[in-house]
Amino acid sequence: MFMRKSVSMLVIAAGVVTLGVASIGFAADAPANPVALGSPITEAQLADWDLIVAPDGHNLPEGNGTAAQGQAVYQQKCAACHGAGGEGASGSPALVGGSVSTTPPLLTVGSYWPYASTLFDYVRRAMPPTAPKSLSNTEVYQVTAYVLHLHGVIAENFVLDKNTLPAVQMPNREGFIDVSAN
Amino acid sequence: MDTKNNPEYVAGNGLIHRRHLLGLGLAGIGSMAAGSALGADAGMLSIPAWSKAPGNGPSEYGAPSPFAANVKRLAGGPSATAPGSGVSRTPLHLLRGTITPNSLHFERHHSGVPAIDPAQHRFVIHGLVRQALSFSYEDLLAYPMVSQIYFLECSGNSGANTVATAGDTNAAAIHGLLSCAEWTGVRLSTLLAEAGVTDAAAWITATGADAASMGRSIPLSKALDDVMIALYQNGEPIRPEQGYPMRLFVPGWEGNVSVKWLTQIKVTDAPAHFRDETSKYTDLLPDGKSLQFTYPMGVKSVITSPSGQMKLLRQGIHEITGVAWTGHGAIRRVEISADGGRTWADAHIEAGQQHLALARFRLPWQWSGAPAILQSRATDSSNNVQPGRDSWMAAYNSANRYHYNAIQSWSVSAQGDVKNVYA
Repeated sequence: MFMRKSVSMLVIAAGVVTLGVASIGFAADAPANPVALGSPITEAQLADWDLIVAPDGHNLPEGNGTAAQGQAVYQQKCAACHGAGGEGASGSPALVGGSVSTTPPLLTVGSYWPYASTLFDYVRRAMPPTAPKSLSNTEVYQVTAYVLHLHGVIAENFVLDKNTLPAVQMPNREGFIDVSAN
Repeated sequence: MDTKNNPEYVAGNGLIHRRHLLGLGLAGIGSMAAGSALGADAGMLSIPAWSKAPGNGPSEYGAPSPFAANVKRLAGGPSATAPGSGVSRTPLHLLRGTITPNSLHFERHHSGVPAIDPAQHRFVIHGLVRQALSFSYEDLLAYPMVSQIYFLECSGNSGANTVATAGDTNAAAIHGLLSCAEWTGVRLSTLLAEAGVTDAAAWITATGADAASMGRSIPLSKALDDVMIALYQNGEPIRPEQGYPMRLFVPGWEGNVSVKWLTQIKVTDAPAHFRDETSKYTDLLPDGKSLQFTYPMGVKSVITSPSGQMKLLRQGIHEITGVAWTGHGAIRRVEISADGGRTWADAHIEAGQQHLALARFRLPWQWSGAPAILQSRATDSSNNVQPGRDSWMAAYNSANRYHYNAIQSWSVSAQGDVKNVYA
């Protein structure tokens, strides 16, 4: 920490010099910000820390799992809140069944979520609520497969891994209108 | 017109011209009132006890008067299934300016407030950049900063009024996921420039250091525009429940994208489709499709006084006041109706920073004791007009609770009771 701080102070001092130059007429070519304190880091250093999984499978970890394997994990870690069959309970959403077109609609992983990657990503980063990030990558693959199987999205022995997961077609994949450009 | 003795009515059911807010006229109107709630001070005034003995000395960190102890957030109870998850709401009806005190800023947590030691916290920019970078809190404090006043509104705010029957609740319960503060921090564009965003980049994906590692995706164009990494809130280090030591602040957009306890920005070519931008914070339409990435908050206003569960204690002059805001620029106009929308009059809008901030509006009202329905309708600088409830409801699935910005109606009974109604 001490070393790091010394370096930072040097950089600040250099920044002040740059500012001084800019003020006497070189502003056009001066960098927008003369302070540059970020420490270089590599993606390899972030491998265990970056949990973001994209719909195309980018950053999915090694490992795999099936619904058959995931049943035990689900019953132990998830069923108390989400129900033995994923039907949900008071304060905890249903995971399977439901429909966007009933009145009222029932929005579940199965009936609503557009990408299987989101289920893997969310379970790994945030579930179970009492102990987020306590599941191993293998357990996350297994329990993801189990929830998808409960809704009939994949077969019981379908092997979910970094190659197969992005290809899983979710029922409501076409249900969203991206208005981010509006 | 003799404004000294005759109120200058500008719309039905007692609305009076805003010029009378400036202290002109209305001299005669006071005599029309039934007197103050306390009645006349008939006796001799005596010097109170607090004028006869020294009070407390200075303190290190101030606190409200014990007599203002009712000015509190409306906080829900603990979640049985999701520890730390929940909301608290700003008591809009008890505040009269545009700035929300830090202790009263609304909260929405998805897995509680992490107790972050800033010396251990790291903020990383990586992904589609020439050089991934890690920053400490101390690093960020050394950068040039900007200060701006911005509102923050949860996209689920006011969703209570989408249900079939109007709840008999107050302005905080319905609209209190709304606050406004001066935010100070480092422009994200500054740090993205230092990392060097590559040509393939189109989005940023941000996550927090809370137990939920809450994440959202934001188009790069917005990230390079006015997004900041906020370090100070109303001048002091941001509160733990607002993301200490640092949060993303995305002006004008739904609150959830202003990721608290910010630890990661991964620059990408596409959104991550996090749970909180697919399963949640998507807006279901009547046909079963959903709008995704509906970021800006719509033009909106609410009368905060008189408002739900208040009681008018006397006839005569009352100030109608409230707040208006829009994620599409600035508030240009607020109209008020006291007759359920049949006639409208322009309210006075306080000067000050208006861009993506709360605007405070006011209009005097002569309450005759007859039933009334009070409404406000805002128009913004992009010419968006706040919709009525019926037209808003028709645009969405009846189950949608996000981005409700319809006109609020408060009924006033002959007894002076103010209630939330659909009108």
